[in-house]
Amino acid sequence: MKVLVPLKRVIDYNVVVQIDSSQKNVVTDHVKMSINPFDEIALEEAVRLHESGVIDEVVVVSVGSELSQEQLRQGLAMGAHRAILISCDDAVANDPLSVAKILSTLVTRDDYDFVLMGKQAIDNDCNQTGQMLAGLLKWPQATFASKISFSTDEISVSREVDGGLDNISCQLPAVVTVDLRLNDPRYISLPNIMMAKSKPLQVESLDDLKLNLTPCLKRISLEFPQPRTSGEIFTDFDLFVKKLDEEEVWR
Amino acid sequence: MALKILLVITHNGQSIDDQVHNAVTACLQLDVNYHAMVLGHDCQSVIDEARKMKGLQKLFFLEHVSLEFGLAEPSAESISQFISDYDYILFPSNTTSKNILPRLAALQNISPITDVCEIVDKDDRIFKRPIYAGNIIETVQSEQDINILSIRSASFTKTPISSEANVDIEHISPDLSSIQSKHLGCEITKLDRPDLVGAKVVVSGGRGLGSVESFQLIYDFADCLDAAVGASRAAVDAGFVSNDYQVGQTGKIIAPDVYYAIGISGAIQHMAGMKDSRIIIAINKDADAPIFKSCDYGLVADLFDVVPKLVKHLKK
Repeated sequence: MKVLVPLKRVIDYNVVVQIDSSQKNVVTDHVKMSINPFDEIALEEAVRLHESGVIDEVVVVSVGSELSQEQLRQGLAMGAHRAILISCDDAVANDPLSVAKILSTLVTRDDYDFVLMGKQAIDNDCNQTGQMLAGLLKWPQATFASKISFSTDEISVSREVDGGLDNISCQLPAVVTVDLRLNDPRYISLPNIMMAKSKPLQVESLDDLKLNLTPCLKRISLEFPQPRTSGEIFTDFDLFVKKLDEEEVWR
Repeated sequence: MALKILLVITHNGQSIDDQVHNAVTACLQLDVNYHAMVLGHDCQSVIDEARKMKGLQKLFFLEHVSLEFGLAEPSAESISQFISDYDYILFPSNTTSKNILPRLAALQNISPITDVCEIVDKDDRIFKRPIYAGNIIETVQSEQDINILSIRSASFTKTPISSEANVDIEHISPDLSSIQSKHLGCEITKLDRPDLVGAKVVVSGGRGLGSVESFQLIYDFADCLDAAVGASRAAVDAGFVSNDYQVGQTGKIIAPDVYYAIGISGAIQHMAGMKDSRIIIAINKDADAPIFKSCDYGLVADLFDVVPKLVKHLKK
């Protein structure tokens, strides 16, 4: 069985994101970039499934600029067998429907059995691409997975939903998007980083996939939200409790 | 020109999801009335409730046994047969809609706008939505004739339902024969405590708790308030609690009425997950902790001293 794991290059979650002077983009120069944390969890799961013999080959793909090769190399160091970069501009890379179309084309062309991906990217927070991909492929989908188990051509997934867990099972091929609880991704060791340099990384263009994509949403501007203002700070416990009693915040 | 609007009502089989009432407000910002749709099986109480929604002109009830659990495949397929009649299709933003909406959009070749926090211009189709976990607000314009939106409940007030039913129901049995996806089992496991997402009160603990054992203070305090329990990433990384408790950019993003941050310094990644709470209350012994810059009420004190006293006070 062959699994495809999409990895998005995003600003690291620890970075305080800034808006550039055009008011249309965030600042990415000299900013730490990482694999989208949810994608990293998906990849960890895929690598574990390979280690336990369920999956034969783990392929990572990134849709975006040439810079995404950095994240693909990290993915290879984590244990993916080979990598594909679909080179395109940022507008396409940040449009979930375009990315879903690219992935759908790739899945059909290269005949994957399974797509395992993050439930959302922490930059645009869309939470769309996996579901769209499943729709385009007419595959079953299992979103927000916190537990995945395999039996013969069927998977059972515990999904993190509002109010608890939703347990479903579906036939393969399928798209599974993963949530935070699924696993803790491994640290990458130096020997694995060295080894990753010799693993295959193939670059393709949208022309190679015979795709012509124009996003239908245009970004007009970016702004910071209104900051919260500081309220009343107490050092005396009794005054603090008196205030909360008066304001009835316990209710 | 009047807009044609369809609201998809999410529910748990018994009652309408709370966020739907916020989405109704968004519908009424778009126009004076709208159509709505319930997908399900044998859910009369949901229909009875939905009929009372303010501004509702027509209610479709799509009934099919495979729609009982809100699965994405049959739901998206069912709704897609109605899309072309409308200018706007709205969903409340919750895990049910997040599962269904993008699939529906892809089937219709539409780019949806999810988690809308402001409708800027309904005719020019300009919307605001949070990105980077709410640290930045993006303004987007759609060039599409049909738009699919999900409505972020923290950004819209709730429109209360009226006392009597205003509309009749059109009962439809969708054709789901083309669905190849097969689901074999489905059950909701309820958690013991109030769910973090959707809880009215949340008590979160941070690194300041110091140990798994001390985190019991947070549970005790939460029990007094019938609150959900959360944690900062620092507390999760330190192993005090499992990561399903994590509030923050990579964890859960919540907006309760009251949020208690206890022993939490207020790192940006944590603030991103809770800064839309109506009231934020912080307890930390470090007077310089960033959390005090964005809380409504703060107490500079040792949590091990004051949290037990708070529990005692609340039990009175």
